[in-house]
Amino acid sequence: MKALRATAIAFLVLVALASIFASFVAPAHYAYQFRELPDAGPSHQHLLGTDDLGRDRFARVLYGTRVSLLLAPTAALISSLLALIIGGIAGFVGGWVERIVMAATDLFLSMPWLFLLLTVRAMLPLNTAPILSVVITFALLGCLGWAGAARVICTDARTKRLADFVLLARASGHSGIRLLWRHLMPNLKPVVLAQFWISIPVFILAEANLGMLGLGVAEPLPSWGSLLRELQSYPAVSGQPWLFAPLLLFVMVVGSFHFVLRTEESVL
Amino acid sequence: MNRLVMHILRELPKHGLKLLLTLLVGCFFAATLVRVAPGFGVDEEQLDIRLSTQSVESIRNSQAAKESLPAFYADFATRLLHGDLGTSRTLQQPVKQLISDRLPETLKSVSLALIFGWTLGISLAMISVAARSRAADAFFSFSCGVLLCIPAALWALLFLLARAPERLILGLIVFPKVYNFSRNLLLRGANDLHVLSAHARGLSTVRILAWHIFPPAAPQLLAVLGISVSITLAAAVPVEALCDLPGIGQLAWKAALGRDLYLLTTLSILVTAMTLLANSVCELLGSMFHARPA
Repeated sequence: MKALRATAIAFLVLVALASIFASFVAPAHYAYQFRELPDAGPSHQHLLGTDDLGRDRFARVLYGTRVSLLLAPTAALISSLLALIIGGIAGFVGGWVERIVMAATDLFLSMPWLFLLLTVRAMLPLNTAPILSVVITFALLGCLGWAGAARVICTDARTKRLADFVLLARASGHSGIRLLWRHLMPNLKPVVLAQFWISIPVFILAEANLGMLGLGVAEPLPSWGSLLRELQSYPAVSGQPWLFAPLLLFVMVVGSFHFVLRTEESVL
Repeated sequence: MNRLVMHILRELPKHGLKLLLTLLVGCFFAATLVRVAPGFGVDEEQLDIRLSTQSVESIRNSQAAKESLPAFYADFATRLLHGDLGTSRTLQQPVKQLISDRLPETLKSVSLALIFGWTLGISLAMISVAARSRAADAFFSFSCGVLLCIPAALWALLFLLARAPERLILGLIVFPKVYNFSRNLLLRGANDLHVLSAHARGLSTVRILAWHIFPPAAPQLLAVLGISVSITLAAAVPVEALCDLPGIGQLAWKAALGRDLYLLTTLSILVTAMTLLANSVCELLGSMFHARPA
């Protein structure tokens, strides 16, 4: 099990490094069009061939991985911080504040979040610049994904509020904000970190769903969602198995995340 | 029996009130979202190039007077109470009509998915727990792990490519989650001392599962059932959109592409109500197990 876990971590690190250094690894820029080579098959120059506009698929997979793999943790960071602030304060203060915050959290959780995501996404312009579409997509994921984590953090904060070390600090005359900042927040770190890691594959999957529905990252910027969307055209896929490379990479990356998280859970 | 009925009667108003309050808050948020959305209150008439600046200004002022915030909320609530859900901007049809046409399709897909996903998930979890075989457990867990890595939209595409029946997709999305939860719950129950003792006394596996493992796990399993309704409804959006199934998921996708907020918010409230109702029913059924006399 340990060896498998190490392999999964090594794979994730390798994919992350390859995507970070995509400009060195990839043979061309993701938007560069080889006009003389549209829909080409795999070759030494283009490992995964080219798309209908002559763009190198391997480069697009690497850059798409960079977008999804680097921005999903950013979205997870936003949602974890929101959850820490909302859940941590609610659990620490307790009473009616906690009840109101938890009622709001329940309302958020009772909405299937793809519907919520679609509703909020529809409020924003759909024909945005590619970079802005990336920011909108992942900021939305981060801002809407806090509810579940806030509930867990609130429960933990409530338990910690009644713990001996907080009682002792309170008895020593520490004020509310100091107690929260210096004593409670650092002790919530393990739960927040766990929520952060759990959120990453969830956000990768959510971005893929949004991208495949045409509501995610805009062209020409690649993301896993837009790359997987290419599978939509049956004539293009039949007889071209290399088109499944993004799918394979996607499943392996998300699977590795799940596996590492699961083994971490069992170790704890 | 009387005790159970009394328990349900006691819990029912609490759940009803919770549902009502959540819907009220949901409607308030939906109305706010529609009101603050960019482009709200803009009349197509304003785009007529023959109109002078003064005329456009006058149209805007009359629109603003009609759509003041309190008047807007009052109008929204009155229409809602009269069953008028507004008209879809993109599809030019009453929202009520659109929903009543498409809801049965989604309900059919969701029901089939729940039946399929739960039957498969629970059966495999039972086999995994009863067989006590590490190989079977590892195989099922690995398969479910792989299934969990595939987003709903991708399932829809793969099924389209394979020309497989689309209605199975939602079931396949629910199944690994059901398996994971129920396997963990049943495994925890199977390691309880009284269950080990029952094994040692020679009770059959079926009897142990039915009498000693399932009843304590039932409230949590029912809670998972409630959650799986929400998961299935969310997954219905990409599946119906990509497989061209005329349900409310496809409607939500079309509304999102057309920025039709009236339709989208109404659909979100409807789906929230369905989720809350499912969760309340499951919670109520689960609490019956706690209230059951020993």
